[in-house]
Amino acid sequence: MPNLEHPAYPAATLLRLESLVPCRESQVSMLLSIFGERQQFTFPSIFIYGHTSSGKTYVMQTLLNTLQLPHVFVNCVEYFTSRLLLEEILIQLQNCSSETKHASHVLCDTFNDFVRMFKQAVTSQDLQDQTLYIVLDRAEQLREMEANILPAFLRLQELTDRNVTVVLLSEIVWELFRPSTGCFEPFTLYFPDYSIGHLQKILSHNHPPEYSADFYAAYINILLGVFYMVCRDLKELQHLAALNFSKYCEPVVRGEANERDTRKLWKNIEPHLKKAMQTVYLREISSSQWERLQRDDGEPGQLKGLSAHAHVELPYYSKFLLIAAYLASYNPVRTDKRFFLKHHGKIKKTNFMKKHEKTSNHLLGPKPFPLDRLLAILYSIVDNRVAPTANIFSQITSLVTLQLLSLVGHNDQLDGPRYKCTVSLDFIRAIARPQQGSIDTF
Amino acid sequence: MSPPPFAPPPPPVPFPAGGLAVTAWNWERERGDMSTCSVSKGCFVFKPSPKKRRVSPKTADYFREGNNDSEDSGLRFATCQSLWKQIKSETEQIQEELNKQLFDNLVSFLRRSHSEFQEKTTEWTCRMKSREIPTAALVLGVNVTDHDLTFKSLSEVLQNNITPYVALLQAKDCPGIKNLMQKLMGQLMNCYIDVDSSDEEDCVQVSQNRIRCSMASLISWYENITKKTDSETPSKKRTSSRHLQSPPVVVIFKDMESFTTKVLQDFLVISSQHIRELPLILIFGIATSPMIIHSLLPHSVSSLLCIELFQSLSCKEHLSTIIDKLLLTTQFAFKLSEKVLQVLINIFLYHDFSVQNFIKGFQLCIVEHFCSQPLSVLCCRLVEAKKRVNSLSHSQCENVRRLPSFRRYVESQVSEKQIALLTADNFLKEVIQKLLEDLHVYHENYVPVLRCLHVFTSSLPKYPLGKQIRELHCACLENRVWETEEYESSLQLARMLNKSDLVTMLQKCVEIFASSSGKEFDKVVEKLKEFLTQFQKLEVAGACQERGESVSSQKELQKKTDLYHLQKTLLELKESRRSKKLTKFEMLRFEVVDFIDNLVRNYLVPADHKTLHEIMYFNTASALREHLNAAPRIALHTALNNPYCYLKNRALKSDGGTISNKAPDICIVYKLHLECGRLINLVDWLEAFSTVVMAVEGPNAAASDQVDDIIHARFIRAVSELELLGFIKPSKQKTDHVARLTWGGC
Repeated sequence: MPNLEHPAYPAATLLRLESLVPCRESQVSMLLSIFGERQQFTFPSIFIYGHTSSGKTYVMQTLLNTLQLPHVFVNCVEYFTSRLLLEEILIQLQNCSSETKHASHVLCDTFNDFVRMFKQAVTSQDLQDQTLYIVLDRAEQLREMEANILPAFLRLQELTDRNVTVVLLSEIVWELFRPSTGCFEPFTLYFPDYSIGHLQKILSHNHPPEYSADFYAAYINILLGVFYMVCRDLKELQHLAALNFSKYCEPVVRGEANERDTRKLWKNIEPHLKKAMQTVYLREISSSQWERLQRDDGEPGQLKGLSAHAHVELPYYSKFLLIAAYLASYNPVRTDKRFFLKHHGKIKKTNFMKKHEKTSNHLLGPKPFPLDRLLAILYSIVDNRVAPTANIFSQITSLVTLQLLSLVGHNDQLDGPRYKCTVSLDFIRAIARPQQGSIDTF
Repeated sequence: MSPPPFAPPPPPVPFPAGGLAVTAWNWERERGDMSTCSVSKGCFVFKPSPKKRRVSPKTADYFREGNNDSEDSGLRFATCQSLWKQIKSETEQIQEELNKQLFDNLVSFLRRSHSEFQEKTTEWTCRMKSREIPTAALVLGVNVTDHDLTFKSLSEVLQNNITPYVALLQAKDCPGIKNLMQKLMGQLMNCYIDVDSSDEEDCVQVSQNRIRCSMASLISWYENITKKTDSETPSKKRTSSRHLQSPPVVVIFKDMESFTTKVLQDFLVISSQHIRELPLILIFGIATSPMIIHSLLPHSVSSLLCIELFQSLSCKEHLSTIIDKLLLTTQFAFKLSEKVLQVLINIFLYHDFSVQNFIKGFQLCIVEHFCSQPLSVLCCRLVEAKKRVNSLSHSQCENVRRLPSFRRYVESQVSEKQIALLTADNFLKEVIQKLLEDLHVYHENYVPVLRCLHVFTSSLPKYPLGKQIRELHCACLENRVWETEEYESSLQLARMLNKSDLVTMLQKCVEIFASSSGKEFDKVVEKLKEFLTQFQKLEVAGACQERGESVSSQKELQKKTDLYHLQKTLLELKESRRSKKLTKFEMLRFEVVDFIDNLVRNYLVPADHKTLHEIMYFNTASALREHLNAAPRIALHTALNNPYCYLKNRALKSDGGTISNKAPDICIVYKLHLECGRLINLVDWLEAFSTVVMAVEGPNAAASDQVDDIIHARFIRAVSELELLGFIKPSKQKTDHVARLTWGGC
């Protein structure tokens, strides 16, 4: 086990830090060696990336908090404009050392202002002799702000002439950040995904106080056996583990099995976990519903998930409009005559060709079609006469707002709007069933 | 900081079609802008708000034709108003009752999830579980126009029971996360004022522009507010006692489908990070299916939510209740004829599924009826109507005499009475009173018999007379229902019902009649009860009787020994068995069915066979269709193709296919363009246009060069008007050509 070693910090603190960041020791020691001692200048900017829940935010936070380094921690999703972001940094900076919170209002519109006020704040907070860390979580959002923000943050040390380091945390690689005009290259550090062993270790780390660590570890082992194939997200796994643990303990609580009876426990929990994978994990039913089910020992079959309610009831003409839209989207224009005209002459024996066409059409996805074609198909598939009333036209737009159709192109509405049908074949089949209009024939 | 005042409705615009006196109606876009994104979007007819109506004295004048008030226009207007008020409150009450179940579920969900939120965080499971945002997915159906009302009452319910902090968000106000936060904070801080107006000065200072629209300021606002309510003196705690301790903040997304993925994702990610400080509960209003959540949100975001599903009552059931409570009752004197009802129901089923629109249509019917029918002054409660009959003017009496149903009635009377009816107003008034009473009794009897018939027909296989009572109602209104084939076949089927079904149906019928107000049904109830007891007796007697019979016949068989007699008795036995089976249960069944048939023939006479039905029944279906199911394309075509239809100018009266040069330029241009193909050559078009225009001005043709400029200008203006109307657009395929956007022509 590579023990963390650093001359600048007491060993006890380092030991505590190490216990807090299991499986991330090498990254932490790397960071420590980059940071150096408190007063030493370090890299102007560090870019840390890795997959979802690979511990980036957690490691940074524990590292900075345990070693009590002065820092500012900002989530770029939450502060969605550059102004909000800069102001938040300044506010946190003001509250950084002093415990009392100043709710003073900071106004900072441009980066220029920011640099000026930043210098003031650093001086007033007495932070000149140690490195200040600014951590920007979800840094990919920076790309959507003004073009100068990202490059300026990368060389903040140089711009402010203060001992400051900007740490960017992101889920995507640095290559996707690099502006076309070039910028200061940060030091990049990769956090690899946790392996199954790591997950096992981390999840078992936090066992409930009533049960032994071994008992919980066995449970985690079973849990990972079921879920590792579909989910490697640590947070999600932890959540699932907490949700289902009471069910695992049931035989023990009832006294039917003791804690070492792993086989019996496994038999009890395994089908339950599989059910959980189909329901709770997919958010078909909510976790509180799942817990209530567990408590009442009910079958999850009684509770219908979200996808069980997939059927949409539509007014009569809306149904036909949608069917017509689907046909217009997936059939090529030249077949319209053959399908929808009453006297289309002979249908050539191109069955094989047709089949080939159809499959490829479905693979290609919907094609846009003009309004007039939609109406023409509508008139031909509805048995009785349809008057082009305002109601029909407004139904088309409402289908668009319901996201069943989508409008293609944003130019003038009067210039013949074009639509696409966005629903699947199954959906159309469900709608068309009572209308006895079989879609497969078209 | 008050909500923005509604824009005053535009002044009444006379309806262009003419002929109808209902000019008070505006084609006005609905204020609650929900209408613009629904299945039922389009042109809505809305009266100006009632306040406005009361203020302007002129509205009642629309009921008056000319200047004389001999036709009680003022009274009619007042009756119309009071009737509509009643109906409105009735429908609102129905809506409330229907939503009660849903709202109760929602409220209990909110309470539960909030109590979970307040649980102690020291427990192991609570620490380990990730904190999810409680979310209610509220599936409301595709009738988006109705949702506005539902959300309004929902937020009222929530504010009364759970929390003062309810924010309603709409997709079109939130194109970005910034706008969303702005909207959210604006609404939350306003509702704070509503709860406690004494702190208004504080809030005014923090004007909305100055607040940083971030979650942090929202959280600090929430902390402030909860601290304040906690420190309040007990006397002031009245508001918070209704609500929960540290009330949650409920955010309602009215139209989930229209929100962009990015905005939703950002908002959810942000709020899930602060869920511990700000107890947020979300409600997603969903029009299609809950699957939309998964298609809008990636798993990483939807895993932050704790979604529970709630489903509102289907709009079809809602409509049935409305019809049941508004039409199949004697509470309201106003009735709809079969055709009108059919139009309203068709619009509902074929186009929008919107109950609100149905009610609006019903309202239109009321106004049209009271406005166009002078005798509608008698369309009120019977007692009131009788009084009003006495004060009818002579011209109103003449109006009565002109009614087709009354004329039929007169013709059926003896000649002296005919003369009296046609000349003496006082005698006429007496007769009218009697006839109105008849009509009232007819209505009182009609409804229970209809329900009773529905009990029978709704359980037959294949529903020959329709599954819903509204279909049966339409069939009965249309013509004599017992003369239809469907009725015949349903009676056939009813004669094959089994006993238990029959008994339950009879019991239901007894209930219906017993609860009805009709006086004539005591006998019917008795008769039905008698049937029931007979059925019961049958049950008891059936078993022992059969046994006894078989025993006796056995004995007889043993007595008769010779072959001839034996054969005879056997035959008799056989026949008697067959006829016995008929006599026992089946005979009774026949009797019941005949009895029901009799009731139907007596009481379910179509309304238009009744004298004076015109007073109560609105039957101008064509007017209704014109207003509610407008056909803009057709109207535009008519206007351009046949301008006489709207302009009423003699000179324009067209005589077939020719193009008159007196028509407006745009009509000439339109007609000419109908003859062209997809691409139109502008030069040819101009030439044709000038030929048509110059046709009569023959002598002036000499100065053609000079006139041409003006004609050219007129042509250009007409063409650009057509372009504005969307008939043509400039084409890039060929120079000097425009493309047609409509079909037709060559």
